[in-house]
Amino acid sequence: MNGALTELAPALESVPVQVPVLELRNLSVSYADGHRTLRRVVHDVSLSVAPGEVLALVGESGSGKSTTAQAVIGLLAGNGRIDGGAIMLNGTDISGWSQKRLEAIRGQKISLIPQDPTSSLNPVLTVGAHVDEVLRLHTKLPKDQRRQRVLELLERVGIPDPSRRAKQFAHELSGGMKQRVLIAAAIALQPQLIIADEATSALDVTVQQRILDLVDDLRTEFGTAVLFVTHDLGVAADRADRIVVLKGGQVQEHGTTADVLRTPSSPYTRQLLADAPSILTGNAREFRAGGADNAVEVRNLVQDFPTGRNLPDFRAVDDVSFNVPRGTTHAIVGESGSGKTTTARALAGFHRPTEGTIVIAGQDVTGLDAKGLRRFRQQVQLVYQNPFTSLDPRQTIARIIEEPLLNFGTIPKPRRKEVVKELLERVRLPEALLHKHPHELSGGQRQRVAIARALVLKPQVLILDEAVSALDVTVQSQILALLEDLQQELELSYVFITHDLAVVRQIADTVSVMSGGRQVEIGTVSEVFANPQHPYTQALINAIPGNRKAQP
Amino acid sequence: MASGSTSTDMQRYLLNRIGQAALVLWAAFTVAFVLLQALPGDALMIKYQNPDLGLSPAEIQDIRASYGADSPLFVQYLNTLGDFLRGNFGYSVQAGVPVVEQLAASVPATLSLAGLGFLAAVVLALAIAFLSSLSEFAWLRNALIALPSIFVSVPVFWLGIVLIQIFSFQLKLIPVINPPAGLGLILPVATLAIPISAPLAQVLIRSIDDVRTQPFVGVARSRGGSNAWVLSHHVVRNAILPTLTIAGVLLGELIGGAVVTETVFGRTGVGQLTQQAVNSQDVAVLQAVVVLAATAFVLVNLAVDLMYPVLDPRLKRKTGALT
Repeated sequence: MNGALTELAPALESVPVQVPVLELRNLSVSYADGHRTLRRVVHDVSLSVAPGEVLALVGESGSGKSTTAQAVIGLLAGNGRIDGGAIMLNGTDISGWSQKRLEAIRGQKISLIPQDPTSSLNPVLTVGAHVDEVLRLHTKLPKDQRRQRVLELLERVGIPDPSRRAKQFAHELSGGMKQRVLIAAAIALQPQLIIADEATSALDVTVQQRILDLVDDLRTEFGTAVLFVTHDLGVAADRADRIVVLKGGQVQEHGTTADVLRTPSSPYTRQLLADAPSILTGNAREFRAGGADNAVEVRNLVQDFPTGRNLPDFRAVDDVSFNVPRGTTHAIVGESGSGKTTTARALAGFHRPTEGTIVIAGQDVTGLDAKGLRRFRQQVQLVYQNPFTSLDPRQTIARIIEEPLLNFGTIPKPRRKEVVKELLERVRLPEALLHKHPHELSGGQRQRVAIARALVLKPQVLILDEAVSALDVTVQSQILALLEDLQQELELSYVFITHDLAVVRQIADTVSVMSGGRQVEIGTVSEVFANPQHPYTQALINAIPGNRKAQP
Repeated sequence: MASGSTSTDMQRYLLNRIGQAALVLWAAFTVAFVLLQALPGDALMIKYQNPDLGLSPAEIQDIRASYGADSPLFVQYLNTLGDFLRGNFGYSVQAGVPVVEQLAASVPATLSLAGLGFLAAVVLALAIAFLSSLSEFAWLRNALIALPSIFVSVPVFWLGIVLIQIFSFQLKLIPVINPPAGLGLILPVATLAIPISAPLAQVLIRSIDDVRTQPFVGVARSRGGSNAWVLSHHVVRNAILPTLTIAGVLLGELIGGAVVTETVFGRTGVGQLTQQAVNSQDVAVLQAVVVLAATAFVLVNLAVDLMYPVLDPRLKRKTGALT
């Protein structure tokens, strides 16, 4: 064993003094598809993580980063298998181990912090039971000692009043609190390796920052190694000692964080860095004052929702006002529950505001009847977050794009076909896609189709509700560029709803920051970023990943 | 947090549900009354017009009056409803005894048959679902999954006859006539349980498969839980909810199944009582049986509804809004 290691050592890029906690040697993983043919998704990946070190495994969707992580912990999907290479945990190859042997080290030597805290907790068990589970599986502690330990752990990860919280269920905790519970379970037995698989991607940025700080603290406290799997180069830049960039299951780049960020050797990494909105501050958009008139005017918008008998209404939006001059973009930024989506839905006429007025293209929307509202919808179109669910899977692309025309108009068929072709060209999609179905398209192509569908009625205002949030950064930057071009060609006005402050710099001219239904800040993008007035805005800007190490 | 309002919510929910249950019972009573009156023929006529008795039309008229059969239908309806509310189910024309006595004689036997049948069905369904979920071999899993579809297509009467043929006549394990109480229950319980276990097992297998794809199951495995551990600690409680709903609905099948089973095996019980009452158009007995079945149905479904929040804590706070 030792001989083999010294033999291999010169071949590795950095020679660790001590035995690495985890070392992958030419790991290859394949999935069997329906016809029993194997498709390789991880090709000869080699990497190593030293004790106390954070290694970020960065890649876009389909890069094989999650598959690699699953292989390490021995939980590949049923049709996946390791075809070659070794997974060395403390110098022992565990790649060929049976599930039974792996069960003894999972939770004890290697643990996992999963992606989505909400679906990662069993809804019918108390959160305390989740932490207790690790202790029950791996220790012989009596019940009262286990309980004591659970409370200590919950306290350690920053859950206030742990004895009360431990008895609560997942639905009674916020996203950040749920992720803390999962972290408490992951660190319960002080494992040597923690795999954080997109552990903060589902959280709001300020929560994300606190959770990442916690993981950092625990790592320094226990000397645990962390394998950080993420799509977000900004997070990797902030938190990792070294970065491995994966693409198509192959290692593109491997080096210290500073080296990878400053002198990326592969063109793919350079592309990734150029597209990551959080890292570069250079590509902010030039401010546009817009035309003389306002495409959208919102005055003192208030939106209440009834909560039940004898209960006061819930105020989702509280006194929001802004203008969108024609041909410009107004961004509404906020975390979940801030009321940004409710504002967007009120703009689109989905529900009547409780108070206030909305004027779009010179027309007061709040006073419209059903018929007027229907006509008004031609002026305002929505593009949704998820391009995988917002397109009808049974319709062809041509049909999806022309559907609004059928709803509204009397345009004859040959003309409709022309219109659809023109639009496809506008969103830079090849004509060959016309007769395909959504599942045959990539995420970026689908979002282009959704944009084409929104444009087919020649609206003046597009509401983009987290329209690029579900996309990989390179695709995201392409879609943002497309939106920019379309705005100039068609003099469109955008209302851009997002949780991601970093994107705002690239696309918006003016910005509102919302928190708890209130508009805490409004101004031009450069003003707000350079000189944020409200403490919440300051916290948001500080929490943007990539702020810490990326700046020289 | 707001425990005071939660408990009043709970009380309101309970009252609501009990009110609904009473409404269902009243509706079942009324529909049964109307349908039974609409039937051609009359139990009194069948019994007393018999030429062997040699009763004159005037005497028959007197007997009819003594049963209250000559008053207008609406008055009869109100009288019967009032009697039922007071726990008086009337007289069986054919047997000449109070219906309550007949029920007291037959309900315990049926209750033990139905209860054991249901228990056996649940055990069978759980066994099929767990074995198929834990099985490492595809062929075993496929075989187990196919089992419920076979079970569900088996008619109760046929199954009963086949079981008697095999176990009583061929193997001579269980005597057909006057078997000892425990031994005599085995075949009827099996007959009743097998078709009822089938839909239970199907729903359970399906929901176990669904729950197993949830991320929290993978996360539990990442803590070192084995397949069996994860199944028993995480999957089952989540998978049991849809099965519980089906179980409430299956009670109807259980009652119907009990009637057939009792007839095939010649057991005394509500099933046999019902069959005899239908033959002699004994309206009072039938009315009582319908109300009894409806009561059982309502109680079981009420119990199922009250169990949801116990099994799934997410439903606790919403109980008030569930109605």
